[in-house]
Amino acid sequence: MGNVFPPGFAALEPFADWAVRGERARYAKRVSSTMEELQAFYDVAYPLLRQNTEYLENLSLDDIGDQDKHLLWAFCALVTVAFPVEAWGQPRVPDSGPSSIDAVIEPAV
Amino acid sequence: MAHFPKPAEGSWTEHFKIDTGPVSYADSISPEFYEQERDAIFRRTWLNVGRVEQLPRKGSYFTKELDAARASVVVVRGSDGEVRAFHNVCRHRGNKLVWDDYPREETKGTCRAFTCKYHAWRYDLEGKLTFVQQESEFFDMDKSKYGLMQVQTEVWEGFVFVNLDPENSTPLKAYLGKFAQGIDGYPFHRLTRVHKYRAEIGSNWKLFIDAFAEFYHAPILHAGQYEAGEAAKIKKYGYEALAYDVDGPHSMVSSWGGIAPPKEKAMVKPIERVLRSGLFGPWDAPDIGMTTEELPPAINPTRSEVWGMDSFVFFPNFMLLIWRPNWVLTYHYWPTSYNTHIFEGTCYFVPPKNGFERLQQELAAVTFKEYGLQDGNTLEATQTMLESRTVDQFPLCDQEVLLRHLHTTAQSYVHDHRQRGSTASAS
Ligand code: FES
Ligand SMILES: [Fe+2]
Repeated sequence: MGNVFPPGFAALEPFADWAVRGERARYAKRVSSTMEELQAFYDVAYPLLRQNTEYLENLSLDDIGDQDKHLLWAFCALVTVAFPVEAWGQPRVPDSGPSSIDAVIEPAV
Repeated sequence: MAHFPKPAEGSWTEHFKIDTGPVSYADSISPEFYEQERDAIFRRTWLNVGRVEQLPRKGSYFTKELDAARASVVVVRGSDGEVRAFHNVCRHRGNKLVWDDYPREETKGTCRAFTCKYHAWRYDLEGKLTFVQQESEFFDMDKSKYGLMQVQTEVWEGFVFVNLDPENSTPLKAYLGKFAQGIDGYPFHRLTRVHKYRAEIGSNWKLFIDAFAEFYHAPILHAGQYEAGEAAKIKKYGYEALAYDVDGPHSMVSSWGGIAPPKEKAMVKPIERVLRSGLFGPWDAPDIGMTTEELPPAINPTRSEVWGMDSFVFFPNFMLLIWRPNWVLTYHYWPTSYNTHIFEGTCYFVPPKNGFERLQQELAAVTFKEYGLQDGNTLEATQTMLESRTVDQFPLCDQEVLLRHLHTTAQSYVHDHRQRGSTASAS
């Protein structure tokens, strides 16, 4: 089996299950994960994002390949995971109780 | 400590001649009042149901459930390119004409004609009845009498509005008034990248508008979104708007820029630092063909250099937020009962040019959602306690002036409607 992510992002391979399409599904994965799981993914993905802004700035969205698509999905997952890790200290938004806001239209990539 | 000047009267509330006494909120907890709002407001005013980009070609359509108005409409681009709306009801036996698997869910698509699922009556894109199954079985059927019921439809700057009142004689542009006039020319058509969210909220629709028409709560309810030291500073600073304005039933608040980009990077969370984005949108504004200074006059009305965003409340349930870094957010609040509504939040961005911009937009959209979750859930707590009627007088501050205006406006619509009703039955 080939790599899920483009060359240079091998450290993300153990977290390939975070390359989830769609904010709704990524959020569902976040709230059903433990803080340890979120932290482990964050600790690997965040430095990779910081070091690779240039790569991403040169990444065209037209005819994007599968590996780059997975990379973007994983970094989109990092965006949603950053909230529990950097702000909330828990997977759910504090005081949000049973309420939910669902993505109903979102970009294909 | 005042950071920004207020009108000569000393307060915005007095300037707009709105009462400064405590507010009762009876209008948000009464099933009877809600029933009156349905006729007085939702069946009479212009309602924004979508954007022209949702109707890219001839035959493109979408449906919109307007529960508060006891209606469902289908909005369609005709073969002549015109945008029209019809009541989503078949003229034969009243079946809902356009729906997919679930009759209560909205749908969209492209078609050449609408065919009823029940007995296959067919209507063209202009609403004309074109086919009746076994037409000869009917009695002197004059098909021209059974077209779809058309609803007044007008488009302002790409926003599609309907008005369910057949007697309405106020054109959309006149209804939207001076704010819309002053926003004309903003390049909404360039902001075609859409992230849309939807939530079912256990509160009266006006309470959520309240939450988004004041920023007095932001340093408190959303404190956890800032770095801890920063949160304390912001709390101490409090919140003051650059300006408020009221025009008929509509209103607006103009706000300073907050953190986009922040003065010191340490003010924001690591993900914001690396993506250069956050609640205020991606920090680097994309080209929309005009600079901040060139924006139409209703946007940043005080021409403040620290301006960050404007929120326009178009009565009854459409809010338009224009942000300095060239993106737009809309809110819709669709009542489903006196203490429930559906909230929609839609982010509009210039399509991203690369993977990094894509992530910047994701962070802005997701940040809005995390805030919204805090707001939405708080509202359910507010609603239940208002309904307890333990307290019925609530003091509102000058930074909550738009709330007073909204509730006063809703009450005067209901009052006028009642008035008209009693005159009509007396004559
Ligand atoms: S109800 Fe539509 S065809 Fe009979
Ligand atoms: Fe809020």
